[in-house]
Amino acid sequence: MNGSTPPRFTEDQVQRYSRHIILPNIGGRGQRKLLDSSVLVIGAGGLGSPVAMYLAAAGIGKLGIVDFDRVDVTNLQRQILHTTADVGRSKVDSAVEHLRAINPTIEIVGHETLLFSTNVFEIFEGYDVIVDGTDNFPVRYLVNDATQFMGKPLVYGSIYQFEGQATVFMPGQETPCYRCLFPAPPPPGTVPSCAEGGVFGVLPGVIGSIQATEAIKIATGEGDTLEGRLLLYDALHMDFQEMKIRWDADCPVCGKEPTITGLIDYEQFCGVPARPI
Amino acid sequence: MPVTVKLPTILRKFADDQARVTAEGATLGEVLKDLESRYPGVTKNVLADGGGLHRFINVYVNDEDVRYLGSLETAVADRDVVSILPAVAGGAP
Repeated sequence: MNGSTPPRFTEDQVQRYSRHIILPNIGGRGQRKLLDSSVLVIGAGGLGSPVAMYLAAAGIGKLGIVDFDRVDVTNLQRQILHTTADVGRSKVDSAVEHLRAINPTIEIVGHETLLFSTNVFEIFEGYDVIVDGTDNFPVRYLVNDATQFMGKPLVYGSIYQFEGQATVFMPGQETPCYRCLFPAPPPPGTVPSCAEGGVFGVLPGVIGSIQATEAIKIATGEGDTLEGRLLLYDALHMDFQEMKIRWDADCPVCGKEPTITGLIDYEQFCGVPARPI
Repeated sequence: MPVTVKLPTILRKFADDQARVTAEGATLGEVLKDLESRYPGVTKNVLADGGGLHRFINVYVNDEDVRYLGSLETAVADRDVVSILPAVAGGAP
């Protein structure tokens, strides 16, 4: 479609996306871009739930979701993509079913697998934008490195207890990546997981919604993303703060003289055994 | 001179569960030393054995990462805010 041709929609699409189509900065052209875009959400959990639900509702043309876990009753306090009736089911099956109920007119793809160095390129290949909602450091470094090598935008979000972080990494000339922000993972045992430390149920709803916002802006090319800015949110004190993220010329992946030019063993790098995403 | 230090959740247990505390010093290194004397253990995971900053914890003076300023030698002034930020991985389960 060239720039002068009006975007074509079905009658259902005109109705379904009418509030976007009449919206400045989105409009028919922006909605068309969303329908022509593809986004992969990693993790169908606390962050992945709101991300995937809003992206499905927004009409992302192809929405992928990766997870390997099963729905547990302790997930339901925050993982709003799953219901009580889904306890014991595969998270991907549950997610795909509920996302199809939100929007049956888009393509929704479930990837029921762990993410490894051996399958990450193949899975990422089919998507324009990657959204990270994982819960462990090895997969976060794997996802960072893979998106850097493939030149794909990465929408980052992370939560702990009452605090969350979000940003966008856009591969390019002298732009920062996750390794520029956090060059090394913490030693195992120094940072407790959500299972050990607890998590405020609505917190991933806020951070995940910010990630969905950024993915939609990347897909439409509208507005200013969080690229180069780390957004910090403290739910307990209702405090939002921004920190600068600088490109690190010595970064082993995106620096001037990269020393990591292919995927590595991320469990070994983080000093932890492999865990499901 | 007094500066505000914002503590992440994982370090608040060392500081009577406070999110913001006050410490004094002309450089970041002095502020962290004063912080440790007020709240023993709070900088254990911030400062490495050799005395430098750990690579998995970021420290900011206002909104700038001190790795791009002067690290522990970074000058701090009255009303500056020092923020300590660990990498966190939480998201899915």
